[in-house]
Amino acid sequence: MHPKDFFASSRVLIVAGKGGVGKTVTAAAMATAASRTGRSVLLVEVAGRSASAPMFGTDAQGYEQHTAVHEAEGRGSVELRSITPDQALVEWLSGHGFNRLVSRMAKSGLLEVVATATPGIKDLLVLGRIKALEQEGVADLIIVDAPAAGHALGFLRSPAGVRDTARTGTIHRQAVEALEMISDPSRCQVILATIPEETPINELIETSYAIEDEAGVKLGPVVVNGILPDIADLAVPEAHDPTSELHDLQTAAAFRLGRQQLQASQLERLAAELPLAQLRMPQLFGTQITPHELDTLATTLLAEIDRLPEPR
Amino acid sequence: MNSYADLLARSKVVICCGTGGVGKTTTSAATAVAAARAGRRAVVVTIDPAKRLADALGLDALDNSPTVIDGPWDGTLAALMLDTKSTFDEVVRRHATDDKQAERILSNRFYRNISGTLSGTQDYMAVEKLAELYDSDEWDVVIVDTPPTRDALAFLEAPKLLARLLDNPIYKIVTASNRGVLRAANKAAQTVLRQLARVVGANVVDEAVAFFQAFEGMEEGFRSRAMATLELMSDDRTAFVLVASPRGDTLLEARYFLERIRNADLDVAAVVINRMLPSVSTSAERAAQLLNEAEGATNRAAAQALADLTAASTDDHARVDELREVAPDALMVRVPLLADDVHDLDGLADIADRLTSTA
Repeated sequence: MHPKDFFASSRVLIVAGKGGVGKTVTAAAMATAASRTGRSVLLVEVAGRSASAPMFGTDAQGYEQHTAVHEAEGRGSVELRSITPDQALVEWLSGHGFNRLVSRMAKSGLLEVVATATPGIKDLLVLGRIKALEQEGVADLIIVDAPAAGHALGFLRSPAGVRDTARTGTIHRQAVEALEMISDPSRCQVILATIPEETPINELIETSYAIEDEAGVKLGPVVVNGILPDIADLAVPEAHDPTSELHDLQTAAAFRLGRQQLQASQLERLAAELPLAQLRMPQLFGTQITPHELDTLATTLLAEIDRLPEPR
Repeated sequence: MNSYADLLARSKVVICCGTGGVGKTTTSAATAVAAARAGRRAVVVTIDPAKRLADALGLDALDNSPTVIDGPWDGTLAALMLDTKSTFDEVVRRHATDDKQAERILSNRFYRNISGTLSGTQDYMAVEKLAELYDSDEWDVVIVDTPPTRDALAFLEAPKLLARLLDNPIYKIVTASNRGVLRAANKAAQTVLRQLARVVGANVVDEAVAFFQAFEGMEEGFRSRAMATLELMSDDRTAFVLVASPRGDTLLEARYFLERIRNADLDVAAVVINRMLPSVSTSAERAAQLLNEAEGATNRAAAQALADLTAASTDDHARVDELREVAPDALMVRVPLLADDVHDLDGLADIADRLTSTA
């Protein structure tokens, strides 16, 4: 599939996955790759502190939007911004006639009552902000670095949950609109990230079915991070002196062979149990992510997308 | 504290904190195994909904009360899986003045939202369960696997959660109006409630008001319980164990956690770093040189493996050392990256060995 078509197939990509599987890196690499196909990208983080700004080599962003990659010949820009659940709730209430009361309410704990009375309201309002940004056309593509852990499912289920809890009122309409967005594949797709290890793969499979069944969201390809390239002709050398370099070579070869086997069996299991295309991303050895690594990852991502079959 | 075995010997409560995906559940369970092997009566509270731990412990499932697991140890090992809703129900029954009040609350929709989905409820109930087990005197040590939140400190804030909810003006106004006093405040309250109803729907507001009315008379019990659990958190014999992995982002979270817990005047007794790559004495530079000089396909392959490993592991070890600066007094325990996930008691015992063999 041509990467240009891939990044034009939805206006919102939500990247989700449990902690430690490289979800934030995936979102940042996706944003970089999309910008290289000429799309302008808005990368949205929904957690409080910014994790992706340092990857782009820019300062940590606040709530305000800022540019991480400038537009250039054949290349779209990447803008970063964060939307936190608490801010989304305050903003939304103040936009609905609660202006004078909002700050006092926030202090007094009333906001917590509203949030408790309507479970999922904060998540819904984050999605609501994203939907508004999508409708305003602030960028060709919005990529969302979704909340981590089991929270991703709750995040995606929030519109349906709120729609059923708050059966009337403004919030009900908001829920219906957000639901329309996430359940329309031409507007929104979810990309799940994982690593080729047993527990992350198990959780990915469970989450995938839950997301499709319970949230009614279309899943895009799965991103498998941390793939070790297979070293050809690798065998474990004999070594008897535990202080020798040969012994270190033995340790390294045995370790690598074990990891390669584990990875191959996990990838095979993932393919057998989950009928979604896989985008395989390399393990980065001992480096903090910088714009250079991000660019390398984006190159791999574009090649992997190119390998995908054309959609029917 | 000289060793993990020491830490286990002197603690009555061990709280395992950390972000998701670092092996926290496994570390908690292995810690309990280590305690049981040291002859203590140990119970581990897990919050992991996956059946993995139950499987590893050789059980079909875990429930909300301790199940004793037989094995080759002098002490006792038991495990339970926190059921947030039933624990909350038990708390309500305990604090209610009579059965009628309990039923009124348990059937209220706002309550069901709190007990099921309010963020922090799981943390709060984990603390509640911890206190319940601690108070029972049936256990020498209670080990808690905390919920995976981005902010690991949410667990410490948990006892304040309900107290905060009870301090909010709706609660005060609703209960005051019930007693027929503060009419002016009542009028203001009606205005606020009407506005709220316009936004979130009248049914939601009605349920909330009904909940707060039903709750009247129970708040003192809740509040004093919250204070008692907070004290337990800062007890000398409560140990915080931070679980992390050497990957960049989780170490960043670990560092943030250590700083925050220090600001809260609490100490982290140990930092367990899982998933450490094997350490070798060959330097990254030397490995690169070996790769350069290697002749023949198999030699080159092994040299490549060593070069990759040293590049990654040098960095991991350096970053773990940096973490030590933030927690100079904490015990650092490194557990190697294992080939397989833990599937049985032998696997847990193996990790227990690795935890306690660290001096």
